[in-house]
Amino acid sequence: MSKMHIKFTLNGQEVEGLAEPRMLLIHFLRETLKVTGPHIGCETSHCGACTVDVDGKSVKSCTLFACQADGAEITTVEGLVNSDGTLGVLQEMFREHHGLQCGFCTPGMITRAHRLLQENPTPTEEEVRFGISGNLCRCTGYQNIVKAILAAAGQLNSHKEAAE
Amino acid sequence: MKDEVQSPEERSAGLKGMGCSRKRVEDVRFTQGKGNYVDDIKLDGMLTGDFVRSPYAHARIKSIDTEAALAVPGVLAVLTAKDLEPLGLHWMPTLAGDKQMVLADGKVLFQGQEVAYVVATDRYAAADGVAAVEVDYEDLPVVTDPFKAMDPDAPVLREDLAGQTEGAHGPRRHHNHIFTWEQGDRAATEAVLAEADVVAEEMVYYHRTHPMPLETCGCVASMDKVTGKLTLWGTFQAPHAVRTVASLISGIAEHNIRVISPDIGGGFGNKVGVYPGYVCSIVASIVTGKPVKWVESRMDNLMSTAFARDYWMQGKIAATKEGKITGLWCHTTADHGGFDACADPTKFPAGFMNICTGSYDIPVAYLAVDGVYTNKAPGGVAYRCSFRVTEAAYFIERMIEVLAIKLNMDAAELRRINFIRKDQFPYQSALGWEYDSGDYHTAWEKALNAVGYDALRREQAARLEAFKRGETRKLIGIGLTHFTEIVGAGPVKNCDILGLGMFDSCEIRIHPTGSAIARLGTISQGQGHATTFAQIIASEIGIPADDITLEEGDTDTAPYGLGTYGSRSTPVAGAATAMAARKIRAKAQMIAAYLLEVHDDDVEFDVDRFVVKGAPERFKTMKEIAFASYNQAIPGVEPGLEAVSYYDPPNMTYPFGAYICVMEIDVDTGEHEVRSFYALDDCGTRINPMIIEGQVHGGATEGYAIAMGQEIAYDDMGNHKTATLMDFFVPTAWETPHYTTDFTVTPSPHHPIGAKGVGESPNVGSVPCFSNAVHDAFRPFGLVQSHMPHDHWRIWKIAEDLGLHG
Repeated sequence: MSKMHIKFTLNGQEVEGLAEPRMLLIHFLRETLKVTGPHIGCETSHCGACTVDVDGKSVKSCTLFACQADGAEITTVEGLVNSDGTLGVLQEMFREHHGLQCGFCTPGMITRAHRLLQENPTPTEEEVRFGISGNLCRCTGYQNIVKAILAAAGQLNSHKEAAE
Repeated sequence: MKDEVQSPEERSAGLKGMGCSRKRVEDVRFTQGKGNYVDDIKLDGMLTGDFVRSPYAHARIKSIDTEAALAVPGVLAVLTAKDLEPLGLHWMPTLAGDKQMVLADGKVLFQGQEVAYVVATDRYAAADGVAAVEVDYEDLPVVTDPFKAMDPDAPVLREDLAGQTEGAHGPRRHHNHIFTWEQGDRAATEAVLAEADVVAEEMVYYHRTHPMPLETCGCVASMDKVTGKLTLWGTFQAPHAVRTVASLISGIAEHNIRVISPDIGGGFGNKVGVYPGYVCSIVASIVTGKPVKWVESRMDNLMSTAFARDYWMQGKIAATKEGKITGLWCHTTADHGGFDACADPTKFPAGFMNICTGSYDIPVAYLAVDGVYTNKAPGGVAYRCSFRVTEAAYFIERMIEVLAIKLNMDAAELRRINFIRKDQFPYQSALGWEYDSGDYHTAWEKALNAVGYDALRREQAARLEAFKRGETRKLIGIGLTHFTEIVGAGPVKNCDILGLGMFDSCEIRIHPTGSAIARLGTISQGQGHATTFAQIIASEIGIPADDITLEEGDTDTAPYGLGTYGSRSTPVAGAATAMAARKIRAKAQMIAAYLLEVHDDDVEFDVDRFVVKGAPERFKTMKEIAFASYNQAIPGVEPGLEAVSYYDPPNMTYPFGAYICVMEIDVDTGEHEVRSFYALDDCGTRINPMIIEGQVHGGATEGYAIAMGQEIAYDDMGNHKTATLMDFFVPTAWETPHYTTDFTVTPSPHHPIGAKGVGESPNVGSVPCFSNAVHDAFRPFGLVQSHMPHDHWRIWKIAEDLGLHG
């Protein structure tokens, strides 16, 4: 099958590669670009382990062809670390509040939480629970994930206030 | 020597040892996507394997045509049973003493069974190849009901066993019968039942479900033809056992096999078994000379690897008029699917189902389990459970409720008057176990007080009256459970898998500068071993947990152990860790005494140092001792500071807990809302409270899924009805209840640090708790037993059948 040339911005860097038209974005990220943060948990768009941020929206990257991402701006969990290499606020709060166990859902969950807090910087617990309901976790029962996201929202907001 | 200003308490806190909620060391990698799971492994020239699977549940294979598949660009090979037969690998032994087809040999026994293995350059080419393999099937009569499977004229499923009247676990009395396992005293139990004031009888079904870790099963096999060494990375909960099994079935010498479990995305029992994908990947790597990766799709995972439960438990419970239980009888029909691939210790074909007397002092009991073949997937793994404890706990906790109904008693009170008393431990159960320790009454009262039990019952009664007056359509159910687990398999004298004794191990090496590395025979799948085992060492030998690297999962470097399942890591490997640390401490004591120029007995351990008795200003820190062990010639003491312990536990451990759930149920829609869920766990000594709490949240959520909607369901043709996450219920954050956790501490008397293990307790305890809540809501209307899962439709159906819809 002939391959298409695909180019997009990934975590602030221009990347490119060849992919068959039928290749899913998650496979292009993981197998062609070797960005293995996003995971594959179902390939049917139910579990959210493959969640990435595409042009400011949370996207399950098993539900998009790689060629559909041509020209897009994509962020994965790898792109959420601070510029000095330390953990970003959400990553740190997940660690602080034990918001992960096996770690398999974590990249998708944190990437989704990142977008959720852009959409709604001051969510209630209910809004967090609803906002991450496209991402499955088998280990934590979500309670500490919710706690981590609320704590991150609090920190991000207090940083914002301090800056203003 | 100048003393530091820190108090012993401050020094102790700095170690981050046992009892503190140390943050997890694993999380720095995982939160930034730097985990290394099996599907992240990419080797030069690596190929992909994928299966052709049977669309039929029972069919004869007339032919397999691979020609078109081999013509697909990128496809290098297609393996069938015929290719594996000359190697003797078309069948493989199961962990339960049965054998299983690696690739369909003449027939298939369940939908989704592996028929051919396509090897290609990438996953897309492999999928094309799978689609191009042509298999001609002739369908056969299907049996999905384990009772019908035992009909005299039922179809013969396992033709390979024709004429075999003796199986791995004794006589087979029918062509679809696997084993009968009996425990306890049948005659005495039946005599009690015949004479009892009250006997409650009920069929309790624990439906078929699946562990469904978010990461599916998979492996990468790489045969190096130059060195003759096979490296096998995989999602293995027992990497050492996999190495031994791989050696035994492939004929490759064990020293030429290296098995590596990298990061594992959840296991829950799914990753204990040995699957055809592993065997085919190894063969494919040998055939092609290249590394071969195989990773299940979610559908593969739900259809073919490791179901759990599927126990039909017929129970009879006898009691006095006052509610004192006098006997328990249970006959279980166990649906094992097409092959008996249960992962149980060899002598326990029904696992530890004989813990089904639960938390109660029951003088006589009898248990019989019949294992049966059906046209369903093999498995029967211990899904977040120590070998059928979940089934046992569900059975007894339902039978208690059924008895309470019969006696017209409050179920909390009925439990209270039957609990094994604190002074009865160690307690010999009627079905052969010695419970190590427990204080059930204290835990129970704490739980009932915490939730305000009496007030809840009053509220429930008031709601019932309002319902009867037509003022509400919602009922309240109060679910109670007191469970006792049996974990930490186990003593080698009665626990082995395929002849491998179920000990476990830890090796600790202290470096000259006083930091350390420890390696264990277990493997974390999210439990946080790298965090918690370092805490044990920190407390035992006074080296900060942050200065200890912990490794597991590489059979070339880690000591042999039987792996992580059945909540055995803390009870067994945790004990080995403490014992290895104590060996180091004993040697450190000799070194310290030498350095301090006193007799060995004249120094004592103090948090992170040895001090001269009566002269605390004279001491040597562990750091100083470590350095001395490498650079001083000490008479009679070998250089270096390391130790290994292989720990064979003297007994299982018996964690327990008291769970209470309050549920609102809408009679008209069948919907439910978990208003509160209180979980009190007693796992003995607590190593890391944060991690314990996380385990309880997670296990209770898995239990919630099982009780309230999750199932592996088949139609009468053996079609799998729940093979995607659209149909197989996994709760999201939106549905998942909020949990309140609590604890009591009753240390295990035989475990070096008194720990009992906790990972599986919440799954064992929460399922009956949720289910009992549903039943309790309808108790006033005459409901005695309704099988799980209690999804909306089934709850609606309960109300409908009870005439509550008018």
